[in-house]
Order: sequence, then structure tokens, then C-alpha cells
Amino acid sequence: MAATKADPKKVHVAHQWKHGSPLIACCFSPDGKYVFTSGQDYALQRWEIPSGKKVEWKAHDSWVKDIVFLHDGKTMITAGCDDKLIFWDALAEKPKAIRTIVAHKGWIRSLSVAADGKTFASGGNDRLGKLWDATNGKLIRSFSGHKLDVYSTFLHPNGKMLYSGDQGGEIREWKIADGKFQRKFHGGEVLLTNNTQGVRYGGVRGLAVSPDNKYLAACGLHKATNPLGAVNEPIALLFDMKTNKKVRSQPGSGIKGIAWQLSWLNDGSLAVASGGSGGGFLLFWRPDSDKEFHRFKLPDTARDMAVHPDGLQLATVHYDRHVRIHKLTPKPPAPKKKAKKK
Amino acid sequence: MKRIHACGSDEHRIARRQFLGGVAGGAVGGLGMLAASPAAKQLEKTQQRVVCIYMSGGLSQLESWDPKPKTNTGGPFRAIPTSVPGIHISELLSRTAKHMDKLSLVRGINTRNGDHGKGNYHMQHGRQKMPGVSLPNLGAVCAKALEDPSNPMPGHIRIGGGGRGNDSAYLGPRYASIGANGKPPANSERPKELSEAADELRNRFRRKVNDRFAVRRGTAETEAYTYSYERALQLMERRDVFDVSKEPAKMHELYGGESFGQRCLTARRLLENGATFVKLDHSNYDTHNENFNFHLEQVPEFDKGFAALVGDLADRGMLDSTMIVVMSEFGRTPNINKYYGRDHWGNAWSICIGGGKIARGAVVGKTNENGTKVIDREVSFPHLFHTYLAGVGLDSHEPFDVGGRPVPMADPAFGPIDELIT
Repeated sequence: MAATKADPKKVHVAHQWKHGSPLIACCFSPDGKYVFTSGQDYALQRWEIPSGKKVEWKAHDSWVKDIVFLHDGKTMITAGCDDKLIFWDALAEKPKAIRTIVAHKGWIRSLSVAADGKTFASGGNDRLGKLWDATNGKLIRSFSGHKLDVYSTFLHPNGKMLYSGDQGGEIREWKIADGKFQRKFHGGEVLLTNNTQGVRYGGVRGLAVSPDNKYLAACGLHKATNPLGAVNEPIALLFDMKTNKKVRSQPGSGIKGIAWQLSWLNDGSLAVASGGSGGGFLLFWRPDSDKEFHRFKLPDTARDMAVHPDGLQLATVHYDRHVRIHKLTPKPPAPKKKAKKK
Repeated sequence: MKRIHACGSDEHRIARRQFLGGVAGGAVGGLGMLAASPAAKQLEKTQQRVVCIYMSGGLSQLESWDPKPKTNTGGPFRAIPTSVPGIHISELLSRTAKHMDKLSLVRGINTRNGDHGKGNYHMQHGRQKMPGVSLPNLGAVCAKALEDPSNPMPGHIRIGGGGRGNDSAYLGPRYASIGANGKPPANSERPKELSEAADELRNRFRRKVNDRFAVRRGTAETEAYTYSYERALQLMERRDVFDVSKEPAKMHELYGGESFGQRCLTARRLLENGATFVKLDHSNYDTHNENFNFHLEQVPEFDKGFAALVGDLADRGMLDSTMIVVMSEFGRTPNINKYYGRDHWGNAWSICIGGGKIARGAVVGKTNENGTKVIDREVSFPHLFHTYLAGVGLDSHEPFDVGGRPVPMADPAFGPIDELIT
């Protein structure tokens, strides 16, 4: 019988395909047949699973920082550092832009689609969160109040709340119905101002509410003793959804890097992709422990991660130009070599 | 046994404070008094000044003066048009872009160096560092060469920090940098316990004794000592020049409340009041990690203060007499590393220069499509140093006369970028 629950301890690389440029962001199509990526060459790529057949096309006037799919299964939205959101007919033989919106002033760093697929949220360097009608691309409302750039967004599956995390480690909860600010979660642990180097560094790089609605997870970095030299460690923080207090810090101890993205898996664990001067890792935590229960070394520093619709696979994108598909199920035995005939 | 250096009287304490404090633009004239300035015969009627902005750590040329958008090295930022048709700079410099007609770019710099210390020395001294040889930096050279003896202002001011720099070498401490921080210099106010009349009497007595001494036994050193006292007194009368809080609110608004904007405003205030050379830093551009996020943080802050400074100098009619230089120790690699960073790179980078006798709206030098090498009009730090001097009307091949010995102001094997000099 096929596995239905992810088993992070069995994680292994099932496929890897190489592009011509370092990659930045990734996303699976809802049918799970493709993984889409963005590259430093300003192009988007569609990779067929498991053949690895690639279709690529030029997209924004800048890099694409995030990619999401709408529930119609074919419309993909990309967030550019050129202020734009572009809607794509992504499964067409030659993907075409079907709508372009000048959505923010400055980089758009994050996208999140509502559970019902009717709306999606964006966040960017204008320090705003924004809610959009997924069917026509019209702005529904803006969420204003962050004092620093919005690095991440997450629409709660209940359809009532938007969470946005900023460069300073502050996470805000907003009521979707009226756009009102509800409460803050203080993730200051993922912000560091290094006075010696005169820089401000950190930020909430990923956000997700646990399926049981007990925790809000955020990720980023801490112990930034040398921000300009990439000396920092990845960390995830868990907040109690009832009290909005931080209940747990989950550091990637001894690893140099940033926790670039996180996601809750269907076995109740939290998966984090990290990358930096210590290399790339997939880190897996249970909510009841500070220490990860599994650590998987990646072939290269990771920059983004996405969960497959089946919940049993992860995609990661890397500086070494690869997109990698990881299976969270037991590795099939290697085919036996045929004995040579004497 | 503890040695007693001073008697402890008010008179002695004040005199010593003046001697040691940061007031005098050269508390001791030293050898500087011995070096004859070539400026007298070179300078035109207008006093020339310099403001030098040092982008510490190594500003990325690709995120500033020489963007290469949509190439494999370009990064996420776009290029924007400027007030000069055909010149595009990074979108991070949107305010500066409007003043490009007052500035020029040198895009073909190859200093063949990726070391912070060496790069800093090269750019501020115009020559290779040699063991046992101490050279004055650009500020000291300008302070000396452009000196106006009637000007009570220190010639060489460094904004940020305090104290005196050890950067004038054979020109003497009179041309060494003095730190300023937007407030009146420490110890520049007449102590309350000393009345104006008593102070006047005290100085009159000092002058009388000095004059008597100078008749028979005066030397260059005693002359320098006397000069320093007189200069300190003049400066005490103008201590408000250093106080940026005296600027009107609209100026603070124009330059912005950030530290860098305030330092730019301080620089303009000092230049307007006669300072010859003012240097300020903006930090930190040594972005091996997260180059784009850090440049996103820092370049717009620079842009606001810098654009305000350029516009303000122009509005006040000071641009023709004030050369502006924005330099670093080097640029950053076209290659983007695995941490979204850029590393040290001296092989193809840029500076911005303007005002003074520098051509406006020009671009000298060119890099290839993705910025990995210089393909036209390659220059290095000695050419730049000559250009800075020529940009304030000096003949950079003229030597200083140091104790009767001619010492070149700049490396005599090189010359300025002539096409940049008007």
C-alpha cells in the first residue's frame, strides 16, 4: 500500500535537473505534474515530473522572488522585483502572460493563496500587505502598519486572517474582512542590527500556521555575528496561536545559513530549508522539541522550498542551478544488477 | 614619583586644553610651515573646495554607477534614465539621477586589487604603498595646495569621530584631518570663569611676549606655534559653523534625518564657511552576503543625502568651486555568489565625480556587457588622484617644496583624465 504520510527520516533526492543559471524560487502545480522555478537569468522554468523536460521563458524585468498557483490548476502568479505581479497560463505549450499588475512599489517578496482559491495576498518593500481577487486581479484591500519591508505572507486556511512578517522580525495578524490589525507576534530573535558593521539584517523569511491551528511558525536567522560575511544560523520560531507568545525556538545548531522557507508536513512536523556558508539542509522538527529530529544535508545551499500536493515530496532550488525533488518516503531498492553470463 | 606637568592654574589649564584639543586647524604647524604652497600661483580667484564621500567596504558598481540589468551578473535592480540622455544608473539612485547633469562617471577603473587596506591606500594616496615611505592623503594634499592663509577654518576635516588624523605625512600636522561630528568642537567655548576682558588681556600679553621672542630668536616652529594660537582664536569665534543644528528645518528635511544626511548637511555647512576638504564615509558596503538586501538598505540612504548635497551646492552657486568625489576602495564582483553576495573586485569598477572643474554629465571608460572587464579608457588610482587635483584647478605635476626639496603631489608617471577636466 502506498504511503500517505510523510516520513521525513526517509528523505532522499529522487530527481534533480540543472538549469543554466542559479535558481531563486519554486512551486508545484496543483496536479503535481510540474514544478516551476525562477532563475537569476530573469527566466521562469517549467519542469515535468519525472521526465525533467524543461520549458523556459523570459518573464519579469527583474528577478522573481515567489511563485504560487491558483486553484483552477493552470494559472500561476509570479512576484517580481520589478513591482509587478504577472498571471501566467502556465500549462500552455508556450506559457503566456494573461495579466500584469503593478502591485507594489518595490520588490514583491511573498505570495500566499487563500484556501478557497478566491483571493491571494502579496507583500513587499513598500511595507504593505495586499489582498487581491484571484479571478480578476483587482485589489481588495491593503494592510498598512509594518515599519520595515514585508518579507513573508500567509493566509490562514480559515479564510479570516492574514499574517505578514517583516524585516524587523515583527509578525502582524490582520483581519481579512475589514483589513484591521489584530495583534503582533514578536519574532525579534530573527532580526539583528550589527552596529559594528552598520547594517540591519534579519527578517521573517517564511510563515505558516500548523494544520491543527495551535502554532504559527516563522523562520529566518539568528546569531548573525558577521552579517556581511554570511556568519549566521538558521532558526524557526513557534508561537502559540491563542496567546501569541513564542513557545519555542528551533535553531539549526551549528549550521551557518538562513532558514529560507518552511512548511508543515502531513505528519505534523515542520520542514525548513536552509542555505548559507555552511551549505544546504532540510531540517525537520516536532512542535514539542527545540532540537530537530532529522537533518538532511543537501548537495548545495538551498534558496526556496515547496511541498508537493501529495504531501510526500518537497522541491528545493539551489545556487548550483539545480531544482531537486525530494521524496519523504522510503527509497526504493536499487535494481539488482544482472549477473554476467560466464 | 609622579611628575607634575602643570601648575593647575586656570590659565595653564586653558592654554593646555587649546594646545591639545580639537580646536586649532593644526595645533602645531610643524613641518607644514616649511613646505611652500604651490597654490598661490595656481589658484584662480575662487577658492576651490572638495567634498569626498567614501563608500566604505566597496560599493557595488552594478548597484550604483554601472548597472548591467538583465545580464547574468545584473542582479534584481533595474537601470533608470538620468537627467543626461543616454546615461543610466541603478534605480537605487533615483534622486541622484536627477542631478546627473552636474556629475560625471568614471566607469573604466582597474586597480587590480581586492584588498581593503591596499585599496583604501591606493584611492586616498594615489600611489602604491611602499615600505618606509609615508605620503599625505588626498585631504592633506588639498588642504595644503589650496590653503588660504587668511581662512581660519581647518583645511582638512573628517566628519565622524574626533581627534586628529595621522594622514598628512611630510606636509605636517597642520594639514592632518580633524574630526567633526556636527557639533561645535570640544573646548572651543571660552570657559565661563574667564571673562572676555581677561581673555583679551591674556592674549594681548601672549602676543607681546611672542613678538619680542620672534625678533631675535624666531624660527619656523615658533611661527607655526603662534599661527596655531591665532587660528584657534579665530575658530572659537566661528564655532557655530560646526553646529549642524543651526541649519534651518527645511535643510534638515531636505537632507533627511538619517545619520548620513546629517553628515552631508554638516559637510555643506563647513564647505560654505570655508573648509577646503571635507570627507565623510558611508558604511557598510562589504556585502559578501545578501548584497542586494544590503544595497537596498544603504544606497537609497546615500542617495537622499548625496542628491540633497549636490542640489544644494548647485543652488548656492558653490558647484563650480566645490569638487565632489564618491569613491570606494574597490567595486564588487560581477559574479553573484551563493549567498546572494558580491565579493571584492578591483578589475572593472566606477566612481562618481563632479563639480569644480570637472566636466558635467560625462562618462569616461566602459565595461563589457556584463561588467567583467574594462573595454575602453582604462584608468587606475594614480590617474584618479591626478584628476582630483586637476579638478580643483591644480597642476598635479607641480611638486610641493618640502624643506627645499621638490616632492611630487601625485605620481609623476601618470596624469589626469584630461577629457574630464574643463
